[in-house]
Amino acid sequence: MGPDRAAIELIALEKRFGHIQVLRGIDLAVTAGEVVCLIGPSGSGKSTLLRCVNRLEEPTAGRILIDGEDIGGSECDLDRVRTRIGMVFQHFNLFPHLTVLENLTIAQCKVLKRSRVTAEEKARTVLTRVGLLEKIHDYPSRLSGGQQQRVAIARALAMDPEMMLFDEATSALDPELVGEVLGVMRALAEDGMTMMVVTHEMGFARRVADRVVFMDAGVIVEKGPPDQILGSPQQERTRRFLQRVTDR
Amino acid sequence: MPSSRQRARLVRFGVYAATLLGLGWLAIATDWARLQANFFDPGIFWDLFPEILTRAARNTLIFTAFGFTGGLAIGLALALMRLSPVAPYRWAAAAYIEVFRGLPALITIVLIGFVLPIALQVRVPGTYGPGSLALAIVTGAYLAETIRAGIEAVPKGQMEAARSLGMTHSQAMTSIIIPQAFRIILPPLTNELVLLLKDTSLLFVLGTTDQTIELAKFGRDAVAETFNGTPLVAVALVYLAITLPLTRAVAWLERRQKRATRDA
Repeated sequence: MGPDRAAIELIALEKRFGHIQVLRGIDLAVTAGEVVCLIGPSGSGKSTLLRCVNRLEEPTAGRILIDGEDIGGSECDLDRVRTRIGMVFQHFNLFPHLTVLENLTIAQCKVLKRSRVTAEEKARTVLTRVGLLEKIHDYPSRLSGGQQQRVAIARALAMDPEMMLFDEATSALDPELVGEVLGVMRALAEDGMTMMVVTHEMGFARRVADRVVFMDAGVIVEKGPPDQILGSPQQERTRRFLQRVTDR
Repeated sequence: MPSSRQRARLVRFGVYAATLLGLGWLAIATDWARLQANFFDPGIFWDLFPEILTRAARNTLIFTAFGFTGGLAIGLALALMRLSPVAPYRWAAAAYIEVFRGLPALITIVLIGFVLPIALQVRVPGTYGPGSLALAIVTGAYLAETIRAGIEAVPKGQMEAARSLGMTHSQAMTSIIIPQAFRIILPPLTNELVLLLKDTSLLFVLGTTDQTIELAKFGRDAVAETFNGTPLVAVALVYLAITLPLTRAVAWLERRQKRATRDA
């Protein structure tokens, strides 16, 4: 991958659900190793945008380029592309009928065709990275929310993705558990992972993001370095949103 | 004027008294001697063993096993067709389900056992073949909706997580969705099993051989031979001996299910 080619490029992206236009033409490029935080009020389309990146939502117009490759068509091997993009969900979505180890190895074996031995080794490595190796044989129901989310992150990492998408990864967590997950995300960022993060955690955005993108009503209102967007926003809408968020 | 609580107590007392009186009347009015002679004759009762178990009950269970396995396969296929994006698959499955849920099981058994061989010149193979197939066809229609509901009850996020890991739709269905769906529908599935077991009593219309005779026919034949009702009581007891543990198992499964979802 060339140094000047974007890891993720969204061109004139539109998405409509029935009569509701959720995305009204989004242009955004994320370079390799960059951490981009998407902020905005609910209904702004930030989650929809994220989900378009790996085509969990199908855009109604526009193009999606992963490493310069257009992944929008039906000829594209979407399953293969998705192995390069890790995704972490708000509600973790761990497989409850499988142990932590099985959660981490099932896709490695079925999709990447790794041997069980290799997959298990990988699982142990990523679990250590998120600090949960001792839970390897537990079922998800025995873990706290924060632990489940860290396992979910490990599950995505086990596939050796080139980039990671986080869809409000901490929004469903009790406040005291948010920190442990943000810590893992920060470590990932510092290790150079390309990340697109939809979040309400402004502190995280300020400290970890390379760029912050503020969205409202389906458009990007403002984007730029965190100090600029969060500290001295240019647009009135951005200012109003930040005021509402911090006025608690 | 008595308070509402006092009234409630009076009503309860009244119900207890009426029940006791009713039972008392039954106990006195019943001709116990005749009842025992006609329905609880020990000689006839014990004569039925071991065949009531080694042949009749065994066959009932075999038909149930084959019918349920076949029904599961058919039901799963139908459920997947109902969920398919291809409209003709959905319609075909819906039609099948409507028809075989709308027909009495007895008619379906006659259709498979008699009409099919004459129409298509083909005989269903195996001693238990025709009966099992007919039961599977009926059970499949009922299970289809249960299985579909189970699949739809699995949270959408599961499929999303599986697909975002790069799994294909069928890999996700096989390893992630369907296993969870079955866990969810275990109680209604077991209910269906009990219903199927009882429906084996309809297989007599296909004609029975000594080999394939099931419990209900066995009982009715014995009643005709002995001019006594005891075989029916015996058969009833054997049915209950099989179905009661199953229904208890369902209740236990449902309790476990509730506990599992509560702790999650």
